[in-house]
Amino acid sequence: MNIIFFLIGCSVFIALIFLAAFFWANKTGQHEDTYTPSVRILFDDEERDDEGQG
Amino acid sequence: MERSANTREAVPTLDEPICFHCGDKVVGQHYECDNRLFCCLGCQTVYEILQQNDLQRYYQYNAHPGRFKRREPIDLAYLDQPDIRAKLVDYMDERMSIITFYIPAIHCSSCIWLLENLYKLEAAIVSSQVDFMKKQVTVRFKNGSFSLRMLVELLVGIGYEPKITLQDIVKEGKESSRGGHTLVAKIAVAGFCFGNSMMLSFPEYFGMDAFEKQYANFFGYMNLGFSVPVLLYCASDYFRSAWQSLKHRNLNLDVPLALGILVIFVRTALEILTGSGAGFADTLCSLVFFILIGRWVQQRTYHHLSFERDYRSYFPVAVTRIEGDRERPIPLADLHVGDRILVRNNEIIPADALLLKGAAAVDFSFVTGESDLVEKTPGELIYAGGRQVGEAIEVEVVKAVSQSHLTRLWNNENFKDREKTYETFAGVVSKYFTIGLLSVAIFGAAYWLFGGDAAKAWNAFTAVLIIACPCALALSSPFTLSAALSIFDRNKMYIKNTAVVEKMAKIDCIVFDKTGTITSPKSTRIFFDGHLNAREKGLLASVCRNSNHPLSREILRWAGDITTLDVAHFEEIVGKGMKADVNGKTVEIGSMPFVFGRNRRGDGRVFVAIDKELRGAFHYEQSWREGLEDVVQELQQGYDLHLLSGDGDRHMEALRAIFPVSSSILFHQNPTDKLMQIEDWQRDGRRVGMLGDGLNDAGALRKADLGVAISDDINNFVPGCDAILEGTSFRKIPKFFLFAKDAVHVIRMSFLISLTYNCIGLYFALQGTMSPLFAAILMPISTVTIISFTSLATRWFARKRGLLERTAALGHNM
Repeated sequence: MNIIFFLIGCSVFIALIFLAAFFWANKTGQHEDTYTPSVRILFDDEERDDEGQG
Repeated sequence: MERSANTREAVPTLDEPICFHCGDKVVGQHYECDNRLFCCLGCQTVYEILQQNDLQRYYQYNAHPGRFKRREPIDLAYLDQPDIRAKLVDYMDERMSIITFYIPAIHCSSCIWLLENLYKLEAAIVSSQVDFMKKQVTVRFKNGSFSLRMLVELLVGIGYEPKITLQDIVKEGKESSRGGHTLVAKIAVAGFCFGNSMMLSFPEYFGMDAFEKQYANFFGYMNLGFSVPVLLYCASDYFRSAWQSLKHRNLNLDVPLALGILVIFVRTALEILTGSGAGFADTLCSLVFFILIGRWVQQRTYHHLSFERDYRSYFPVAVTRIEGDRERPIPLADLHVGDRILVRNNEIIPADALLLKGAAAVDFSFVTGESDLVEKTPGELIYAGGRQVGEAIEVEVVKAVSQSHLTRLWNNENFKDREKTYETFAGVVSKYFTIGLLSVAIFGAAYWLFGGDAAKAWNAFTAVLIIACPCALALSSPFTLSAALSIFDRNKMYIKNTAVVEKMAKIDCIVFDKTGTITSPKSTRIFFDGHLNAREKGLLASVCRNSNHPLSREILRWAGDITTLDVAHFEEIVGKGMKADVNGKTVEIGSMPFVFGRNRRGDGRVFVAIDKELRGAFHYEQSWREGLEDVVQELQQGYDLHLLSGDGDRHMEALRAIFPVSSSILFHQNPTDKLMQIEDWQRDGRRVGMLGDGLNDAGALRKADLGVAISDDINNFVPGCDAILEGTSFRKIPKFFLFAKDAVHVIRMSFLISLTYNCIGLYFALQGTMSPLFAAILMPISTVTIISFTSLATRWFARKRGLLERTAALGHNM
């Protein structure tokens, strides 16, 4: 049953990765504009030379 | 927003030609290009620019997406000044600049598309990104041959004029969202710890076999580990706030919360370190998690609205200073007493100044509420805030910008402590709650101590503070009020923060401003004093057709269907009037001095002369807002109603008939009079709500217990206030006030519910037998009850008041 120490360690570690991912997303402003991307994706494709972000 | 733009365009009648670009009716002169009609040269130019650059797709996403405002060319030379430019950009180096503009005209998907394709119009633009809700666009461009000024000119050219002001909402918005980031981060950490500690607490709750007990210590230490960041990081604000509150000899709701959090942690740590129990780590984490969520719900951001605007967002960024024979744009902050400045047509006079040269006709409508132009001759003093109409004038500044007549309203001392004096319901209750809680805890501990059971005394004392920790209590206000805010929001009343709803419920005296508040600038009516026959009307309309001035369009509408004639020698002098020969007759239309050629004061009327013979005058009246009588009718039952107007008393009789006998109706009130009058009523113990619109009400709006600014276009300037109401929702004002009272009722009821939970918990806690499982269950249950009760009850009241339709309720809330 000592495997439980290992399992709990793993689960906490994975959860920490997700927490860090959330922090990163929050810090880079990914939650700032939640509306415009939903409109942007509906524009018809055309030969765009920029990197698709803006 | 997109929807409203479409419905506006939904009914194009076939007989009325509309502009391909902006969808306005084409009145007067037609402009045509590629078989498409345009209402003005501006619209046509934008179309041509887009056509040449292969951007016609703009017109495919929405019909008539343009919002071109016909206006005078603006002077952008100040954007070339390095010191001004440095203040505006987000980032700048030798090669690259990044700048964020606020563009009020952004309203549909076509706007997003066009603004994100700016690089097709100008090679130096690297990329541009729109934030639709905030109506902002961030542009990166290469410096070299391209400049900020050229970028702004480009945007103006395609009908997207950025609003550049000193009080930059773009920058302010960025700062406020930074505060929001830390809160979100704290919630994330608390949620993470809550989830993990709950999992680790399950074995304890389900019971462990003897051989599994060896893991109990491990689980305990893990739990303790998770509660440390919650205590030190997530809950830090509560400790700070509680400490502040104690220092001011006050007990706010954060005091029992902080005490509860601290006690839970101490008892948990002691139990785990001594191995005497499992502790309450998961209760601690869930408690902090929930109250942080309550705090998060409470803050509401209106992306494109600002409630803190003052004169700085109304005044220009730069002024043109005359230095010898040179003109140089300088930042407003560098303007000193004694400087000579040039004020062009449609520019705002930024400081009290003496008129040196030129004929000034100043529009003070925004400052005084009086809509007529005021004429000044050289040597006279002009107060700041007026807008010059007509030729460019030269003035000498006699007072610093911050010292002028108008801006002093904002620097008035008696605004300073206003925010602090108001106490919310939660604040009042928390005093008694904290005292009650502490006495129960001490009583419990004392009882067991006298019984000789010290362990039980400690258990009972801590359990009382843990179980009665006012988590649910702390959540009832934020959840109720934020639900109320979203109801208001849906009805186009935008409220600054949750505390304002409680203030609104306490108002017992409502004061209206007249012009722009109970009258609507959108429904002006035109009257003609004098007589014209049909042929003469035709002459008049023929002349007006040639002008883009809004008044000319109004006159055209007034004249109705009339065959127009050819016009010769048309001449228009901005801000004065126009003159032309039609059918051998000379027609003159314009202000008093223009038509009579004499130096007489204009009074806002538009005079008409045919062959030098005066035929009459047009005058404009704003008509009452729809439903004014009903609003007054309904409000007079619970409120004292008053009216303060900056205008003359022309409408005394009409207003007397609408307003009840008891209300005072005062005219000729300047901004300071209004402020003093409000103060008078407040001294009589009244809680005053003020409804106003312009800069002239700014002082009164701030002084009043509740300041509501009414605006017909929320993108326009609104003075600092507690709430912004869209003109279309004027009819709903009585409902809003009733609903604010309902919201406070809901808070009281949910306080009762959470107190009941506390009493149940106390019953067990006092016996010293509370188990961690009990606490872990009671805390979330009470929280969930409060959250669901408050949101359901608030919506029920909203429906009762008719502020929420049944179908809309299911659709797109939150």
